[in-house]
Amino acid sequence: MRTHRPAPAVIDRNGLDQLVKLLIADGRTVIGPVERDGAIVLDEIESGAELPDGVGAETGPGRYRLHRRADRAVFNHAAGPQSWKRFVHPVRQRVDAPEEPRPLAFIGVRPCDLAALSVLDGVFGAAPHPDRRYQARRDRAFVVAVDCVEPGATCFCASAGTGPAATGGYDLVLTERVEGGHRFLVSAGTVEGEEVLERLTRRNATREEAAEADRALRGAAESMERSLPATDLRALLARSRRSERWQEIADRCLACANCTMVCPTCFCTTVEDVTDLRGGRAERWRRWDSCFDPDFSYTAGGTVRTSVASRYRQWMSHKLGTWHDQFGTSGCVGCGRCIAWCPAGIDITAEAAALAREEEPR
Amino acid sequence: MRRPSLAVWKLTSCDGCQLTLLDCEDELLDIADAVEIRHFPEATRRDLPGPFDVSLVEGSISTPAEAERIRRIREESGVLVAIGACATAGGYQALRNGADLEAFQRIVYPRPEAIRSLDRVSPVAAHVEVDYELHGCPIDRRALLGLLSALLNGRRPDLPAGSVCAECKQRGVNCLLVLGRAPCLGPVTRAGCGALCPAYDRGCYGCAGPAESARPEAIVPVLRRRGHGDAAIRRLLRGCTTAAPGRDSEGADDDA
Ligand code: SF4
Ligand code: SF4
Ligand code: SF4
Ligand code: SF4
Repeated sequence: MRTHRPAPAVIDRNGLDQLVKLLIADGRTVIGPVERDGAIVLDEIESGAELPDGVGAETGPGRYRLHRRADRAVFNHAAGPQSWKRFVHPVRQRVDAPEEPRPLAFIGVRPCDLAALSVLDGVFGAAPHPDRRYQARRDRAFVVAVDCVEPGATCFCASAGTGPAATGGYDLVLTERVEGGHRFLVSAGTVEGEEVLERLTRRNATREEAAEADRALRGAAESMERSLPATDLRALLARSRRSERWQEIADRCLACANCTMVCPTCFCTTVEDVTDLRGGRAERWRRWDSCFDPDFSYTAGGTVRTSVASRYRQWMSHKLGTWHDQFGTSGCVGCGRCIAWCPAGIDITAEAAALAREEEPR
Repeated sequence: MRRPSLAVWKLTSCDGCQLTLLDCEDELLDIADAVEIRHFPEATRRDLPGPFDVSLVEGSISTPAEAERIRRIREESGVLVAIGACATAGGYQALRNGADLEAFQRIVYPRPEAIRSLDRVSPVAAHVEVDYELHGCPIDRRALLGLLSALLNGRRPDLPAGSVCAECKQRGVNCLLVLGRAPCLGPVTRAGCGALCPAYDRGCYGCAGPAESARPEAIVPVLRRRGHGDAAIRRLLRGCTTAAPGRDSEGADDDA
């Protein structure tokens, strides 16, 4: 596997600050990872100094802990509680008034999250009914991706086919190297990315530097602990409709909706109308919803999916199965967030494996 | 057009939920303009007879007199809204359910024989039909305003059924359970407060009662696995909503 793009450039840690400054000077709102209240979250930054400095994340089912690293790595912390979806598909959004979102720039988008943005493009951006509010944010967003040289314990992008190296969908891509001097290999993926790269203080990467980065990414792919079963998941989920596993999961599942909130591709919304007390003003808002919410399947006569088993089945079947029918891709990009941020520690890879096991001849 | 009439009632409760209405300082004049307040002892001495288009009822049914009174309120009210943990799930006073009521009365009152109590504390819905419920201890100001403006404009109020966790994530709060910072009942508790407690680094203690179709006991293994002992878990679950419909009301016996 050769990941490295032709003739990467190299910037140092100051180069990253320079990049942030430059994107802000271009009139963009820059969003990047920041350490806050015990986790790495995504938020607007005003300078590169706000980016994480030597913070790592240890993840497991229902578990996330930050720790200090021996180095000053910026991007080595997978599966934080937030994803880029909240910036292209806001939590709550007024839909009956025009809006002028500022152009965005995303710093540190991982390969799984690049894939997630492309999945969302399929959901919101596709003809014949593109979502103009989504497009207004997404189309103008400048994307700085970062390869995952140290995937988290909950990651399974290699088996989802989305990482750990970025393969497209970025303006710039960084590979962070901490040994032998903190620096980032940079390549452009678009003309706009090239123009920005040219304005950065940089040097050319040596051939050995590029080869070493390739080796690191190969190692990252091989070290990944989790994977989805290597089978036609769409067919597996379709056949598993009546599996007893769903009830077994429901005995553990709290129906709390955390998995859908943290999932970078879960896109469901509900619409609420608000009025003032005098009825002189009315507004229509769209807000995130979840298939774990009892009201999600409420139709005339009541809620359709009353049991937790039916809700988990809906969620997982959509992610791994019917998403293919609906949008032509999987709905799961292997980021592992739903595993880490499920208070009950329910693991989609383990559950998929359990469904696959049920089919094995005994 | 005649202004709709409003009554605010108090049963066994602390007045905190009614205060939430008075707390709507910016909107109070609008409310007073939009409705005719006919009964609201916390706010006005004026006390006009029914019928009432909308009644907000705070408090649990704890005495025979209240059981009688809520039936009268129901008869006189168009829309009846139960507000707060007491009215919807019994409140803290429901912890006496299943415990020794007479022993409590002897400890607290000099003349216990003068006390008339029902054997069990119950929410309003156990006695009369309730049109809408606002949960929480106390109720959320924005939820109350949302409900009133919906009713005044002839809209069905948009009331949450799902869990606090959804609001927590939307608000951008990092999960206290997953970070190991505090035990939290958010996963099984009804949304509506905007994840108030987790936003201040405190675990949700379930004041809004169980989310619709949630099984509160499902949180027990989750908390156990995180090292919380059974006594602490029991205490956490014995908050102000033990008389919520569908919950096995637990008394304040051993460790209260
Ligand atoms: S289903 Fe889970 S692992 Fe897959 S994309 Fe969503 S959050 Fe990530
Ligand atoms: S799978 Fe986990 S995160 Fe998702 S609803 Fe169930 S308990 Fe909550
Ligand atoms: S802090 Fe509590 S309410 Fe918030 S996501 Fe975690 S469990 Fe849910
Ligand atoms: S977080 Fe829980 S205890 Fe705190 S206000 Fe909300 S429902 Fe009540």
